[in-house]
Amino acid sequence: MAKKQLRRMDLIFANDDDYVEILQRTFKSSNEDIIDEMISSGLKGRGGAGFPTGLKWKLTAESTSKKKYVICNADEGEPGTFKDREILTQVPYKVLTGMAVCAKVTGATEGFIYLRGEYKFLVPLLEKELKRFRIICKDLGLDFKVNIFLGSGAYICGEESALMESMEGKRGEPRNKPPFPTDSGYMGKPTVINNVETLAHTFTIFKYGAEKFRDLGVQDSRGSKLFSVSGDTPNPGIYELELGMTVQDFVDDFSDGDCKAVQVGGASGFLVPRKRFNETAIGYQGKLTGISLPTGGSMMLFNSSRSMYNVLNNYLEFFQEESCGQCTPCRVGCQQLVRGIDAVKRGQKPAAYLDKLLKLTDTMKVTAKCGLGQSVANSFQSIVENFREEMIY
Amino acid sequence: MTDTQTLVKELVNKHGNRRESLLPILQGIITNNRYISEYAMMEIANELDISRSEVYGTATFYSFLDTKPKGKYVIRVCKTITCSMKGKNQILLALEDCLKIKLNETTPDKKFTILETNCLGWCHKAPAMLINDDVFTELTPEMVHQIIEDYKKKGIQEKA
Ligand SMILES: Cc1cc2nc3c(=O)[nH]c(=O)nc-3n(C[C@H](O)[C@H](O)[C@H](O)COP(=O)(O)O)c2cc1C
Ligand code: SF4
Repeated sequence: MAKKQLRRMDLIFANDDDYVEILQRTFKSSNEDIIDEMISSGLKGRGGAGFPTGLKWKLTAESTSKKKYVICNADEGEPGTFKDREILTQVPYKVLTGMAVCAKVTGATEGFIYLRGEYKFLVPLLEKELKRFRIICKDLGLDFKVNIFLGSGAYICGEESALMESMEGKRGEPRNKPPFPTDSGYMGKPTVINNVETLAHTFTIFKYGAEKFRDLGVQDSRGSKLFSVSGDTPNPGIYELELGMTVQDFVDDFSDGDCKAVQVGGASGFLVPRKRFNETAIGYQGKLTGISLPTGGSMMLFNSSRSMYNVLNNYLEFFQEESCGQCTPCRVGCQQLVRGIDAVKRGQKPAAYLDKLLKLTDTMKVTAKCGLGQSVANSFQSIVENFREEMIY
Repeated sequence: MTDTQTLVKELVNKHGNRRESLLPILQGIITNNRYISEYAMMEIANELDISRSEVYGTATFYSFLDTKPKGKYVIRVCKTITCSMKGKNQILLALEDCLKIKLNETTPDKKFTILETNCLGWCHKAPAMLINDDVFTELTPEMVHQIIEDYKKKGIQEKA
């Protein structure tokens, strides 16, 4: 079979200096029309969970409250993800355009960019952009001001409700859901929270229309997506690719020739071993054939010199440290997994102990309170099941 | 008023005295003092009219909000998977060698502290580290020596 070339795109980083015009034009449409356009574009959240963005805006627009908020989630903490920083560096105005239109349709008057502390060096650049943005909003007659809120080194604060707790001056501990932020978010008010990339994509929709956006990608996975590529590859970096490609297509383009596995979606995602490259597609769950993996866009390649035990151990230590500790399955579960694989590796526990640990991750999946604890099972199971020998010997 | 009291007052004036101001205030203490003392927490609690344990609870949750004394320059070496694959350990060794301290220690002159941290988001340019807010990527042991030399000089210049 001929090698399929991945379709590379340059929509997000294209320097569209006509954004004031785009805003003016979009502001002439009715709120209903804008929301319809967003829904028909098929845009889904790029922060990992893949919730339809148009619907999120619609729900918040329908919530009755005098005060509403728009938050841009720039906490980008998932191992292997670095695209949001690049968007904020190169095309911050696209993100702000998305926030302004969101404010218009939902009736929000205040917005925040929650920027991870690790990216503090971006603040001066963003402040400059925000200054310009405030004037533009004023000219458009939009009562909306955006400020930066800095994080302080906590991965869990990327989880939307933990992020809001953190903004309220509390420990970053995820809340129970429901209520969802669209009803009760920051300060208990209806809040739209979107990933940086999601907001940047809305710009493409406003500029070119929903149809052009839909034309990209396949079935339930519409549009392009930024991928953060790292690990054993000659070409690490950020790439905008069409959704729906298989891992094999990806590996053909990015591998150093000796790729044995790809971690899709960061530490909380899945490890895809070589034998599954062909049957695994990258996109949102839906009508894609075979297995499909939703993703925040982290792609880490491992070649055959890498020990999958070390990889798993690194992820588990990450989760153990970043767990907020609020619920027992996650707090104790992560600790036990770190100790468990160590004991098996040292021969202090029999290989069958791995099956117990696998069961433990099943339990965590159903009993942990938030996505962090629930998704530890993803990498644990996909690594232990595919590379069991490496865990033991 | 003590220095800490003055600093807390300044930060409260700047960020407000609501609960939502707590994180920016704590971050301001870090920028100035590199760590948040119990005394500072007490002052903040008084200013915001919340209990000290609330301030303590928030302060101890975040990895960048140190509650133990740290050096003037806090070095955080990324230890997450890609940096770890691309030579994080050599970077740590180089730092330990330059500064004659171990991981999690502070130099006797209180200038440098070496810490590890989770993913900094520079996996495509691994290995990476932060010194306070500044980012250094695609590090080699030689570069580390040079960077630390530069920071040592910087300290002398600032004193002069
Ligand atoms: C543990 C955890 C960490 C998360 N980290 C981030 C993050 O760094 N950035 C982000 O945009 N979303 C993150 N999310 C997803 C958010 O909770 C939320 O779904 C997202 O910001 C919604 O925006 P979207 O619909 O535009 O994707 C995280 C979720 C979990 C469970
Ligand atoms: S699953 Fe983990 S991170 Fe999430 S609430 Fe429970 S302890 Fe906290």
